[in-house]
Amino acid sequence: MSAAGVDSAPFVRLTAVTKRFGRAPPALDGIEGIVRGGRITGLVGPDGAGKTTLIRLMTGLMLPDEGTVEVLGYDTRRQPAAIQAAVGYMPQRFGLYEDLSVQENLELYADLRGLAKGERDRTFAELLQFTDLARFTTRLAGKLSGGMKQKLGLACALLRKPQLLLLDEPGVGVDPISRRDLWRMVENLTEEGIGVIWSTAYLEEAEACDHVFLLNQGRLLFSGPPREMTARVEDRVFRLSGTDGRRRHRLARLLEREGVVDGVIQGEAIRLVMKPGVTPPLGEDESVASSRTAATPPRFEDAFIDMLGGGPGGRSKLAETQRSFAVGDGKPVIEARGLTKRFGDFTAAADITFDIPRGEIFGLLGPNGAGKSTTFKMLCGLLKPSAGEGRVAGFDLRRDAPEARNRLGYMAQKFSLYGDLSVIQNLNFFAGVYGLSGITKRERIELMKEIFDFRPILDLSAKDLPLGLKQRLALACAVLHEPEVLFLDEPTSGVDPITRREFWTHINGLVEKGVTVLVTTHFMDEAEYCDRISLIYRGRSIALGSPDEMKSRIVREDLPDPTMEDAFIALIGASEAEEAA
Amino acid sequence: MWWARLKALIVKELLAVLRDPRARLILVGPPIVQLLVFAYAATLEVKNVDLMVLNRDSGHWGRELVQQIGGSPTFRSISLANSPNDVRLAIDSQRVLAALEIGPSFSRDIEAGRPAEVQVILDGRRSNASQIVSGYLSRIIGALAAETPAGEHAAPMAVTVEARNWFNPNLIYQWFMVPNLVASIALLIGLIVTALSVARERELGTFDQLIVSPLRTHEILLGKLIPPMMIGLFHITIYILAAVFVFVVPLRGSLFLLYGSAIFYLAAVVGVGLFISALSMTQQQAILGAFLFMVPAMLLSGFATPIENMPAWLQPVTLVNPLRYFLVIVKGVFLKDLPVAEVARQTVPLCLIAVVTLSSAAWLFRRRLE
Repeated sequence: MSAAGVDSAPFVRLTAVTKRFGRAPPALDGIEGIVRGGRITGLVGPDGAGKTTLIRLMTGLMLPDEGTVEVLGYDTRRQPAAIQAAVGYMPQRFGLYEDLSVQENLELYADLRGLAKGERDRTFAELLQFTDLARFTTRLAGKLSGGMKQKLGLACALLRKPQLLLLDEPGVGVDPISRRDLWRMVENLTEEGIGVIWSTAYLEEAEACDHVFLLNQGRLLFSGPPREMTARVEDRVFRLSGTDGRRRHRLARLLEREGVVDGVIQGEAIRLVMKPGVTPPLGEDESVASSRTAATPPRFEDAFIDMLGGGPGGRSKLAETQRSFAVGDGKPVIEARGLTKRFGDFTAAADITFDIPRGEIFGLLGPNGAGKSTTFKMLCGLLKPSAGEGRVAGFDLRRDAPEARNRLGYMAQKFSLYGDLSVIQNLNFFAGVYGLSGITKRERIELMKEIFDFRPILDLSAKDLPLGLKQRLALACAVLHEPEVLFLDEPTSGVDPITRREFWTHINGLVEKGVTVLVTTHFMDEAEYCDRISLIYRGRSIALGSPDEMKSRIVREDLPDPTMEDAFIALIGASEAEEAA
Repeated sequence: MWWARLKALIVKELLAVLRDPRARLILVGPPIVQLLVFAYAATLEVKNVDLMVLNRDSGHWGRELVQQIGGSPTFRSISLANSPNDVRLAIDSQRVLAALEIGPSFSRDIEAGRPAEVQVILDGRRSNASQIVSGYLSRIIGALAAETPAGEHAAPMAVTVEARNWFNPNLIYQWFMVPNLVASIALLIGLIVTALSVARERELGTFDQLIVSPLRTHEILLGKLIPPMMIGLFHITIYILAAVFVFVVPLRGSLFLLYGSAIFYLAAVVGVGLFISALSMTQQQAILGAFLFMVPAMLLSGFATPIENMPAWLQPVTLVNPLRYFLVIVKGVFLKDLPVAEVARQTVPLCLIAVVTLSSAAWLFRRRLE
């Protein structure tokens, strides 16, 4: 695959590219690199790393402050028009006209791109077949699923076959199956010699690219084939299984050990990255007889963390200061009984039932628009179920006393802060709203300042904070009042992996103290932290169980160690087959 | 406990408005523009009129008339026409608002004591200004007529009208306009700040955060109502200060009564704002909704045109307009020391409107939470 274009002239040449916005640290800082044709080049990094900026610089829509960007031999400063004629660009939200049909959108973009009338029928037929949208030509673009929208966007970007295709986070908001479809389409394009740039915040996508630029906070950390990256941590990654249900506790202690670079929970097991030459701990103070350690193939993220100097420690000061909730009576803390929500004739969630006992992390996993947010909102009282019932700590949050809501903390990563308020004003507000006053209020706020290191940024507006700090502040505001139940809506999507680990260290610690957590996510990594998951697809729960159970259901000879994503895709496939039967 | 929650919410609302540069602009920009535009530019007085004269009379009285008109401050320029064609052209191209034609026998007729005639041609496209200019010209001509021999002769028998304007003896335009503005700025600010507040949170997604918090629905409502009322009172105060110290409008009545009724007025306005806010999903819709209410509310309030001049079927509509009642109070308190009973009579309907708008806003608000 990659051999085809290696010797050809570079499609994009970046020379010391720097771009600043305002007084903030540069969005891109001295980026150097070469993109070649005939292969997929991954632009990988968390939100705010500079991916979109770099792509826009390559289109010539934006000019670098320093350095040069050369695309297909043209300088973006001098010949932007020549570049734009030869490049296909699909921005994050492709400008589809939602009130036009698929066919009308294609025609509109054909007009805009000046596609000759004679070529249209053939091109449309080809693209519709390619994107598998031929059956939907009369459907309004607004009524397409996230995956189909992206495919239509791709078709529009391909109307005049470009030499270089720039895709800005094409995988966002798309279910894993459509994501794989898109990937396959793009791979076909590279065989024709087209250069493709695919930007993504999902580190697992990086592994499939031919070449990767890894960006973090505007700096290029790595450029090369992904295998070169994972080779950094070859033989240093281990899987610790047989944790006897104490994996959170063990992980916290392991992370404090000398020689442990990184550790995350993977179902019932723990994944560890060790310093070179250090053997993974076994037994010793953890006298669990059944625990086993086995080497496991490294992943891109392991190498990324290693490159960043390792993950955060395993101690959560937040959890240490938190009061405990007795595991006691064994009654479920969160109950969903046949929760159903209909919007008109569309059923967003159908008959969803589960129980969450105290001290458990329960995940609602599914692609965007599958119904997990609807279920989540019905449980925390934001939406009224059309049928069924949800209870939290024995209360129906829509009907019972608002004091019941004092027991829950809510955090939606994207939305839960007041951007115009400063850090301290946000803390004061949430403390006030949750009824904290006097000494308690002062003490809790002081504690949050210390735990999350807010002191230097107290007077900054929340909207000006980098994503990682926003996420910390959102967590601080959600746990100020020591809730016994936490509702987390996509808590770490797009956040850099270090912040994500820090976040889960706190959550794990809180769960050990008896806090119950309901989390929605479309991130497979995040699903691994859950005790149990409900897999939501097209409004229904198609599987319920622990991550390991789900993975073990699909183990085959050719797939001995499936990832959560493999399980997800297989289970959705099975559910669709069942439906068709 | 509930007070701590409410206080947190009110502080947050005020901070959200004051720290958002766009919201801050709304608090500062429109009030200044409104004050300048209405107090100076949107004047109803007719000044700076251009007049054309076609004087076919060669005698003393024709010249005298032209001179007297030229001496009046209303007229900016007087041009002389040579033919009726000139007049037609000048009015047609709007170079002049009016033309005066003095007949060839004007002076002779006056000397002989016969009725003399002049013709005034007005530009009917500017009906309001024309009427007023016509009145000015008639008065000047009337005064001239009294000076003629025949006029002097008839003077003892004539009835003269002495006009005296109470409350605003010199008919200073700003005395009328600036108190009006106190009421209209409170409408503008109260409506927009409230309309934006819920819509902004809905747009950003923070509204969900409020709903899952222990705040009760009525606490959220109060938290959304009180800050815009505080901001409205602040603007009323600034405008009252400007009226008294910049425009030197007399303040004859009780400020206590004015502020007392202002609270009910603001409650009514903020209720409308909250209703609009509960209806709209985005800030854009909220702004549009606020203007959709505000423009008719201004026109149907007696702000610029008297309610009595409106057709009978339209007049009842003004009864539900809070601005209508508060205008009476503001002007009354400023210009004539409105008595308590009259203030109360105007405040009762404000109170009723507030009850209706607030409860329907609360109803809609709760319904949208379903």
